[in-house]
Amino acid sequence: MSELTTKTIAELRDGFRAGDFSAREIAEGFNAAVAASKALNAYTVETPEDALAAADAADKMRGQGDLPPLAGIPLGIKDLFATKGVDTTAGSHILEGFKPTYDSTVTANLRKAGAGMLGKLNMDEFAMGSSNETSTYGPVLSPWRRKGSNVGLTPGGSSGGSAAAVAAMIAPGATGTDTGGSIRQPAAFAGICGIKPTYGRCSRWGIVAFASSLDQAGPMARTVRDCAILLEAMAGFDPKDSTSLDLPVPQWEQNLSSDLSGKRVGIPKEYRIDGVPSDINALWDQGIEWLKDAGATPVEISLPHTKYALPTYYIIAPAEASSNLARYDGVRYGLREEGVKTLDDMYAATRAAGFGAEVKRRIMIGTYVLSAGFYDAYFTKAQRVRALIKQDFRKAFEQCDVILTPTAPSAAFGIGETTDPLAMYLNDVFAVPASLAGLPAMSVPGGLDGQGLPLGLHLIGNELDEQTVLNAGLAIEERAGFTARPEKWW
Amino acid sequence: MVTMTDAAAPYRIKGETGEWEVVVGLEVHAQITATKSKLFSGASTTFGAEPNTQVSLVDAAMPGMLPVPNKECIRQAVRTGMALDAVINRWSRFDRKNYFYADLPQGYQISQLYHPLVGEGEVEVLVDEKDESSAKRIGIERIHVEQDAGKLMHDQHPTMSYVDLNRCGVALMEIVSRPDMRSPAEAGAYLRKLRAILRYVGSCDGNMEEGSMRADVNVSVRKPGDEFGTRTETKNVNSVRFVMAVIEHEAKRQIEVLESGGTIAQETRLYDPDKNVTRSLRSKEDAHDYRYFPDPDLLPLELDEAFLDECKASLPELPDAKRKRYEGLSITPYNASVLTAEVETARWFDALLEAGAEPKQGANWVVAELFGALNRLGKGIEECPVSPAGAAELLKLVADGTISGTIAKQVFEIMLETGEGASAIVESRGLKQTSDTGAIDSEIDKILAANADKVAEYKSGKQQLFGFFVGQTMKAMAGKANPQVVNERLRVKLS
Repeated sequence: MSELTTKTIAELRDGFRAGDFSAREIAEGFNAAVAASKALNAYTVETPEDALAAADAADKMRGQGDLPPLAGIPLGIKDLFATKGVDTTAGSHILEGFKPTYDSTVTANLRKAGAGMLGKLNMDEFAMGSSNETSTYGPVLSPWRRKGSNVGLTPGGSSGGSAAAVAAMIAPGATGTDTGGSIRQPAAFAGICGIKPTYGRCSRWGIVAFASSLDQAGPMARTVRDCAILLEAMAGFDPKDSTSLDLPVPQWEQNLSSDLSGKRVGIPKEYRIDGVPSDINALWDQGIEWLKDAGATPVEISLPHTKYALPTYYIIAPAEASSNLARYDGVRYGLREEGVKTLDDMYAATRAAGFGAEVKRRIMIGTYVLSAGFYDAYFTKAQRVRALIKQDFRKAFEQCDVILTPTAPSAAFGIGETTDPLAMYLNDVFAVPASLAGLPAMSVPGGLDGQGLPLGLHLIGNELDEQTVLNAGLAIEERAGFTARPEKWW
Repeated sequence: MVTMTDAAAPYRIKGETGEWEVVVGLEVHAQITATKSKLFSGASTTFGAEPNTQVSLVDAAMPGMLPVPNKECIRQAVRTGMALDAVINRWSRFDRKNYFYADLPQGYQISQLYHPLVGEGEVEVLVDEKDESSAKRIGIERIHVEQDAGKLMHDQHPTMSYVDLNRCGVALMEIVSRPDMRSPAEAGAYLRKLRAILRYVGSCDGNMEEGSMRADVNVSVRKPGDEFGTRTETKNVNSVRFVMAVIEHEAKRQIEVLESGGTIAQETRLYDPDKNVTRSLRSKEDAHDYRYFPDPDLLPLELDEAFLDECKASLPELPDAKRKRYEGLSITPYNASVLTAEVETARWFDALLEAGAEPKQGANWVVAELFGALNRLGKGIEECPVSPAGAAELLKLVADGTISGTIAKQVFEIMLETGEGASAIVESRGLKQTSDTGAIDSEIDKILAANADKVAEYKSGKQQLFGFFVGQTMKAMAGKANPQVVNERLRVKLS
């Protein structure tokens, strides 16, 4: 392993600028690490030549004045982002071989910032899953293993490839997307950082849609600072996305500070739920202490509609998905099953062959809740509950500046261990409320459980206040001293 | 079955069990042709382009594509609503109508079900344009904005259908009327009036042949005074004539079904213009469950006062107001109605007035002379070879006695042929009217001498021969004699 792959994005950036190493050396180091990581199944496509081209461009630019912020940094890109000329499949058989003629706004922003691409990262099919087991390419294996065990673990999902790649240091950072925890839960499972910004910060244009009112892109990296650096490059107003926020991008990195003096940290009592391992509750308490140590004051808050968040999410997200995924019909691109007589038969055969079980389940749930006669009972009611959940947070942020909770109710579980879809959905119980409210939220590694697996702490901020989330994350990062890395077995 | 055609009496269809009334509502789909780009993508909307050449990534529903509302389309729909005296909703929203079809790449149409852009309005129509008492108000229920679908081509391949997405995403206004029409004639008058208003506003060119306007025709029948009957909806009818035919045919069909003991199924029907029949497309039971829900890719539309003020200020004078203004200028109600029926005619006539023509004379001339000439040439008024200013010059020559009406016709013909100005033609061809009594008297004398028998008849009481002498004199003077002077001189000489 090249020494360079162990460095953070900030270190790579600064070292490259200082002339300690070239961008080509960075790219070559990561390309080699990627090529040697097949056992993880993290990448669905490798694009070493892309990483090298960006690196050479960066090397050429160095010494010629201002360098773009990510010059010399290669990244992994979740397969949900459209990448021009490179397979973009959302982990689905139905899009196998699809090469867009366009780049998503987020990946285009990253390119403009000088970043190269190491490859496309595996994920749950259409971002539907919490374990990366629904991908048509098979599950990603977490680089982490339980102490003394060879059991393959999930890196979480849906951004499982991104989490595994960053944890395994086969990418210094990666893009993720989060609809109901898909950045934060895998970040927690893999012992890395990941932030979902305020809904609308990152353009959704060119990101394969799962649930439009919830989908948000965000970075996954090993440190809070790296997340701030990446998010600054990814975010920004995009006139091609009507829901994009027309606001300037804050200088999150420059304003990073772990001094939380005067800040109040909300501890929601409704997040103390049964069946959560004691390690996780203990880490939560530890997190409160760390934030106190950083100058913050803990306050107990109430988010009374929390228990309705998961059912609400599992009405709204599938409803939107059932409609968003209607375009995969075999007519214009992607898979088409031939040898059928009618158009309806072609649709049925193509979608039956092209979608996996979890995607079909959600399309059916979504179709059901939008059906005449059920719409008001499910969808309309869910929209109302969503408004109440937003209101819960609005009230809570009158009493506090940031909210601390665990990221997930468990550490990483084994591949194939969770077969009940409902048990799987429960994994996002802490992550989903912030998604429904469109709030910025981040997972930061806090420590290891008894089996040696990472656990994450979850910070939820007020609308547009990514800065406080990042700052609280930094305070935890500094105090947790989380330096554990998976032992290389792949 | 006998259809009553007396315009004054209500339209009734005589069945075996008595008289029936027909109830009609129209859903008119009008393409917003004012903008040359689609509702949610920047793609062009030119008619007749090669298949799939006017398709953006958004129209083709490529993965990750998002709709962005075209503000100009919204503006045109708001202006249209204002022209129909309708409520403009400050807050409206787009919904997705979900169904699978090969001409619908997204798998849903973006439309407005729950919160349309435009609410209730009204149109006044003259069922008979020569009869002011035939005025009737037709209610507008709503106007919403939505995307059009693409087109399937079944004639390109023996076993497969091809898809052309050029129309996909084109902006439509769906103008939904109340079930206020009671005859094919009323529906025809409503459609023509609606079309005229759209064309005045400029939001839609009203071109039914190119599909920029088409109607879904809702028809039911009842005994006068009864509750509404069950309606059928005949889809995509693309001419005023066909709409009227559908109503007539569908009403008769429904009466036959009801009178033979059957019931009307609430269903969607299609019109076959070649056979002049409608046939069932799908019943209510087979109807799609469209699973409407608010489009999460789009924010609600919120209109501010400044935007609405600008829309209002940009509206032109509309047909009704213009007609009243014309009538105030002593133009006959019929002429006023004819001159305002088409926006191009009204524009041309306004320009004629602007150029100084006397309104009443101008109106008569346009309706009689100009329309006749255009008809003969097979041209629309927008392609008229004579400009309004040129016509005003001609009319002025008649008004001030420089030429007679007869000569004016000649001059106009020359203008149409050569493009020369009226004064120049009169000058160069010596067509000026003469009031020279010497010349006129000398011609009259010759004519009276040559027609001594007729003079005798006249004098013995056959007064109508006076016109003959006028005609002969004018002919002898090559039409250039001032008719008033000819009349005077003849009266003197024949007395």
